[in-house]
Amino acid sequence: MTSLQDAPPDSTTAESVTKEQLSRLFSSMAREEAVDVRIRNGIKRGEFATVIWPSRGQEAISAAIGLALRPDDRLVTTYRGLHDHVAKGVPLPEIIGEVLGTSTGASRGKGGTMHIADPDHGVMMTTGIVGSGVPVAVGLALAAVKDGVDRVAVVTFGDGATNTGSFHEGVNLAAVWKLPVIFVCQNNLYAEMTPVEETMAIEHVAQRALGLGLPGVTVDGNDPVATYQVIRDAVALARAGGGPTLIEAVTFRFEGHYAGDGGKYIPAEQYAEAKLHDPMVTFPRFLLENGFTAAELDEIRQQAADEVEAAVKVVVAAPPADLEEIRTDVYADGLVVTHD
Amino acid sequence: MTETQTLSIREAINQGLDEALRLDPKVFLLGEDLADPAAGVNAVTRGLATAHGMDRVMNTPISEAAIVGAAVGAAIEGYRPVAEIMIMDFIGIAMDQIVNHAAKLRYMSGGRTSCPLTVRTAVFAGTGSGGTHSQSLEAWFMHVPGLKVVYPSNPADAKGLLLSSIFDPDPVLFMEASRLYGVKGDVPVGDGYRVPIGKAAIARPGTDLSIITYGLATSASLSAAEALAAEGISAEVIDLRTLLPLDIDTVVESVGRTRRAVIAHNATTVAGPGAEIAAQVSAKLFGALDGPVERVGARFTPIPARASEAAVTLNVADILSAARRTLGVVGV
Ligand SMILES: Cc1ncc(C[n+]2csc(CCOP(=O)(O)OP(=O)(O)O)c2C)c(N)n1
Repeated sequence: MTSLQDAPPDSTTAESVTKEQLSRLFSSMAREEAVDVRIRNGIKRGEFATVIWPSRGQEAISAAIGLALRPDDRLVTTYRGLHDHVAKGVPLPEIIGEVLGTSTGASRGKGGTMHIADPDHGVMMTTGIVGSGVPVAVGLALAAVKDGVDRVAVVTFGDGATNTGSFHEGVNLAAVWKLPVIFVCQNNLYAEMTPVEETMAIEHVAQRALGLGLPGVTVDGNDPVATYQVIRDAVALARAGGGPTLIEAVTFRFEGHYAGDGGKYIPAEQYAEAKLHDPMVTFPRFLLENGFTAAELDEIRQQAADEVEAAVKVVVAAPPADLEEIRTDVYADGLVVTHD
Repeated sequence: MTETQTLSIREAINQGLDEALRLDPKVFLLGEDLADPAAGVNAVTRGLATAHGMDRVMNTPISEAAIVGAAVGAAIEGYRPVAEIMIMDFIGIAMDQIVNHAAKLRYMSGGRTSCPLTVRTAVFAGTGSGGTHSQSLEAWFMHVPGLKVVYPSNPADAKGLLLSSIFDPDPVLFMEASRLYGVKGDVPVGDGYRVPIGKAAIARPGTDLSIITYGLATSASLSAAEALAAEGISAEVIDLRTLLPLDIDTVVESVGRTRRAVIAHNATTVAGPGAEIAAQVSAKLFGALDGPVERVGARFTPIPARASEAAVTLNVADILSAARRTLGVVGV
C-alpha cells in the first residue's frame, strides 16, 4: 500500500510507461479539459443554458482509467463524470449533446449531464445519486464472472460518496464475492461545499478498505502515470480473479461544485497550493522534460480544442428531443401509461 | 382441458422460480438467506440452491441497496436477476436502486440499456408484526414511470405472473402476501404457463356493484361478495393482478355495467391505490354512476402490535359498509 507521504506530488516516474502511452494520457486529458472549459465558457457567455459539475483539475485520473481499461471493460460514473466519459471513448457529440439536451445526445436528450450511458464504449450508467453507482458496478462485475469473461468494471465517485450506505454495502459485497471491480474514489477534498475532514474521521478514504477486506491504495491523482500504474495493477488483479481494489486518487476541483459555484468556502491558501499541482500544468512540464517537444504538446491541445468545437457545432445545430421521442423508452414494448 | 395440480402460493412461486432457472441460464436469484437448508424466513426458495447451485441462488449480506443495485448491474448486462427483499418494509433501503435506477435506465439511456429485473418482496400484513414489518407499500411504486407492479392473489396467478415478470423486459416489483403463502389452488402444469402483466381478472361475476381489489384483499372482497349475495345483491369482484400498468379498461367495463364501485385494498386509504382508481373511474363514468365511488383500506395509522392490527386493517365489514353506501342503503 502506497500513501501520499511516500509518493510526493509531481514525482512522476516514467517507469514501464511508453512514449505512446504518455501521449495517449495527455491527449485524453487535453480532450477532457477542452470539453469542460468549452461548456463552461458557453454557459458563461450565454451561448447555451445548462448545468455541469466541472471536472477541471481531475483530468489525470480519468485519463489513467481510460488507458488502463479495454474498450469492453465497464465504467459507472457520476454527475461529475464528463472527463470519465471522454476518457472511456464516448463520442463528443453524444456527451455534449446530452449536456445540452439535444437529439445528438447519447440518449437523444432524455438523460442530461447526470445520466449519460454509452454501452458501445462500456459506459453503462452515470448517476446523480451520490454513492449509488457502487452497487451497480458490483452487478456489472458479477455479470462478467457469470459470463466467464475477464472483463472488469470500474466505478468512480467522490470522497463524499464513501460515507453512504450504498458504498459500504456495495464494496462489502464485492469483497465477499471477490468480484472484478475497481472502486476509484476521485477525492477532490470537497463534497459539495463541505471539506473532507468534516465528514471523515480517518485521513484517507483508502483506509476504509481495511474494514471491508480488500486492498486499499492512495495515489496522487494529479499524477497520471502513478495513477495509471495503480489502476493498471488493480485491473490486472481483478482480471486474474483476485477481486476488487479500492483506489483513492487525491486531486482537486478547481471550478467549485457546479458551473457557477464561486467556491468561496475554499481557503485561498489551499486553492493556491492546489494550483501548483494542476495536472494540466505539471504533466506537460513533465512531458517536456521527458522527450516531448512544445510543438507536440501544442498540437495535441489544438486538436482537442478543434474536436470539441466541431462537436459543439453539430450539437447546437440539432433540435431538442421532440414529444414523441420524450415519451418513448419508458417501457420496452412501447407501452405508454396515461390517465387519459 | 389443461392439466393442473394443486399447489399453495408458496409452492407455485417456488415452481415458477425453478422453471425460470431451468428455462434460462440468465436467470439467477439473490437475497438474504435464500439458499438451502435455511431457504429464507418465507421458505419460498426451498430446494432451489440444491437443484441449481449456489451461483444461481445467491446468499447475500444484509444489504438491500446492494442486493438490488447488483441486480440492476447484472440486468443491464443481459441477466434476469430475481432479487428478494425479505419483507416489504425493508424496501426503503433499496428504494433508490428501484426508483432512480432500475425504473429509469432504459429511458435515460434512450433505450441503450434495459433492466429486466424482478424484485420479489413479501408483505407481512396481518401477521401481527407491527409498524415496521406489516406495511402494504404498493402505492409508493405505482407512482414511478418505468416500473411494473404485480400482486397476485392465488397460486395460478402467482406462478403465471411471476414467470411473466421474470421474462418481462422491464423491472417488475412482485409482491407476495405472506398470509397467502399457504393458500392452495389449481395451477396449470408445464413450462409455458404465463399470466399476462397488465390484465385484470373477473374473480366473481356480478351485476349490481363492482368490487375492485387485488392481492391480499381479494379474499376479503370475495367474502364480502358472498355475504352480499345472501342479501340478494350481486357483486362483481375484479382482481387487478397488476397495479402498474393498471387494467382500467376492465374496471371501466365492469363499473359501466354495474354503475357502482368499491375499491378495497390493504394499503392505507389515504393516497392509496384506490384514490387513483376512483379518480379514473369517476372521470370516465361521470354521469353513468348510480352512487359515489367508494374506497376502503387501512386506517391512516402505523400498523399497531398484534392484538390491535385487525382494528386498523381492511376487513370484510369495511367492504360491506362501503358497498351499502354506494348502493344507497340507508343507516350504514
Ligand atoms: C444521495 C445524495 N445525497 C445528496 C446529493 C446532493 N449532492 C450532489 S453532489 C454532492 C457531493 C458529493 O461529493 P463527492 O461524493 O465527494 O463527489 P464530488 O462532487 O466531489 O465529485 C451532494 C451532497 C445527491 N446528489 N445524492
